[in-house]
Amino acid sequence: MRRFVLIAVPFLWLLALFLIPFGIVLKISLSDVALARPPYVPQFSWDEGIRAFLSQLDFENFAFIGAGAIVVTVVAIALLAAVAFPVYGLVFRRFFGGGLKALSIRSLIAAVVSVVAGILAVVIVFAVISFFFPSVVSLLEVDDYLYFQAYLSSLKIAAISTALTLLVGYPMAYGMARSPNSWRPTLMMLVILPFWTSFLIRVYAWRGILSQEGYLNQVLLWLGVIGEPLTILNTNTAVYIGVVYTYLPFMILPIYAALEKLDVSLIEAAEDLGCSRSSAFWLVTIPLSRPGIVAGCFLVFIPTLGEFVIPSLLGGSGTLMIGKVLWEEFFNNRDWPVASAVAIILLLILIVPIVLFQRNQQRQAEAGG
Amino acid sequence: MKLHTLTLTAIAALATAASADEVRVYNWSDYIDEELLQKFEDETGIDLIYDVFDSNELLETKMLAGGSGYDVVVPTGTFLQRQIMAGAFQPLDMSKLPNIDNMWDVIESRTAQYDPGNEYSINYMWGTTGIGVNVGKVQELLGEDAPLSSMELILNPENMEKLAECGVHFLDAPTEMIPMTLKYIGEDPDSHDPEVIAKAEEVLLAVRPYIQKFHSSEYINALANGDICVAVGWSGDVLQARDRAAEADNGVEIAYNAFAEGSQMWFDQMAIPVDAPNPDAAHVFLNFIMDPENMAAASNYVYYANGNKASQEFLVEDVIGDPAIYPDEATLENLYTTTPYEPKVQRVVTRLWTKIKSGV
Repeated sequence: MRRFVLIAVPFLWLLALFLIPFGIVLKISLSDVALARPPYVPQFSWDEGIRAFLSQLDFENFAFIGAGAIVVTVVAIALLAAVAFPVYGLVFRRFFGGGLKALSIRSLIAAVVSVVAGILAVVIVFAVISFFFPSVVSLLEVDDYLYFQAYLSSLKIAAISTALTLLVGYPMAYGMARSPNSWRPTLMMLVILPFWTSFLIRVYAWRGILSQEGYLNQVLLWLGVIGEPLTILNTNTAVYIGVVYTYLPFMILPIYAALEKLDVSLIEAAEDLGCSRSSAFWLVTIPLSRPGIVAGCFLVFIPTLGEFVIPSLLGGSGTLMIGKVLWEEFFNNRDWPVASAVAIILLLILIVPIVLFQRNQQRQAEAGG
Repeated sequence: MKLHTLTLTAIAALATAASADEVRVYNWSDYIDEELLQKFEDETGIDLIYDVFDSNELLETKMLAGGSGYDVVVPTGTFLQRQIMAGAFQPLDMSKLPNIDNMWDVIESRTAQYDPGNEYSINYMWGTTGIGVNVGKVQELLGEDAPLSSMELILNPENMEKLAECGVHFLDAPTEMIPMTLKYIGEDPDSHDPEVIAKAEEVLLAVRPYIQKFHSSEYINALANGDICVAVGWSGDVLQARDRAAEADNGVEIAYNAFAEGSQMWFDQMAIPVDAPNPDAAHVFLNFIMDPENMAAASNYVYYANGNKASQEFLVEDVIGDPAIYPDEATLENLYTTTPYEPKVQRVVTRLWTKIKSGV
């Protein structure tokens, strides 16, 4: 009995905070848009019974947004990654003796081999599936590529922003971890301090900095670096700046945590054994901080994928992100069913990185324990 | 001790009374003389909470979701009609609205098209969708004979290419811009036929590269400051920009013109949501607004025509005498109205609009 109660707690939690809301959204996504309050049919009523209710639900909205093609694409990307990463490691262990991994001609060869293997795997799997189940091919037909492009563009923007955040965040985390012990609480404070103001206000402030007559342009013009004001606001560049700024602490903190634990004597040993400082960094520091890098990247990538505030405040009309499309479906089209279908697919796409993130955390916990 | 308890009870009672006597109004931005809001509170003792929006679509989302918490909202005719069909509003209790007799039958007969019998709404303001220009700049770029009152100015790529230099804003309102484009190419602006609507795409995409922004409220200040030189906008908004520029005395001269080809005429209607927390106070507010002097004060401030006949004697000459606000008979003939799209057609319209705005 006691065991049952203990297990029931997290499940009830999951049910109340995830499954029930998810169920409601799923139900709306299977409904049809209508001029009513709320604006969709069928509404559930006890008089007609559950069967009549269920019979009115269909997958029309998913077909409309081209969900099949989107899911297939994401599965293909996941499959490619799932094949390419082990192949990369395998190539190294088998053919290169597991030595120097980073930034060498050998790593380039291994990367090419692993990507080719990944693509081959994807092609073979899809060829087999479409041979046995030809109906799968019809899933790839899309009426309107808006949603497909929005998902792809969100993936692209999230990936680029994550890379940029890593580039900016890693040196900061490294500097923090290498600073004297007495400084660290202050530096940590400086990273966390911006969180004390509203995220919305901070993003809005960037509008003042990046606009045509903004501070950045004024300073650059005054310095004579540029002759004409740069157009940054309302472009993807502004979105990248906004994401890097907003999510930087999420990148710095896990990397800092990993670097702080790093045993300095390992680097000394590497240098004693003939490593230059830079190769000691690439061969010792980077691999040992990898769990922090992975965690930081996921913490940035996952929320950026569905980001709405930053693209709508800083991005232009050409910035296509799924969070914005979702908002437009909901508020401009008043089409809740299609908006719900977009949200469900977004959730499905997010499951892949979330599961990978969990696995990384678990592995780290096991290694630590 | 007893006295103390009594005082506490009295305070508690007062507090409840205050929170019960509260009216929440959701109106368009820059759409009222703020002094009127104070006057309402002083006269009626009801607390007024006044929020603003700048898109019918946003308002409709809130109305269809229900539970918006507002007592009075101001949708435009076509949106009002859809929301009435969806059951979003409650019929007005005419016995609580003695000032209803002040309303103007000419306008009431037109708004009855959206709200049969005017059972659910009263007219707040009405106007036209036309074109606001910075006369000096446009004439500098296009010459003295620039077509300041023609759709040619904003839908002919040759003109737009030159105007792009000084900035052009379009309304972010597909239900206004697409009918306008259809009118330009000689189609029925109120067409609900997806094939006809699709014809607007080519025309709008041709001028798209020269449009700086699609926004439904920023153009007021942008025009007044001289940041942009042309905006497709609502009559009163452009006239407000004209006055702000005149006040700032910055050498910017703004003019509003209805389209010579024919402008859309619209009606902003005040209505009470079916789930309004305080419908009694909402009626008090509507009655207050329909008072001739109050209505005139609002029009004198926002430069829109109203549907209140009795208010006309209190209007300043600048408003009642300006054909851009109160058009003459001939211009009235030239104005068109539209009807709400069905959900499937609405999807086509919104999709087309997304494509024009973002190119996808």
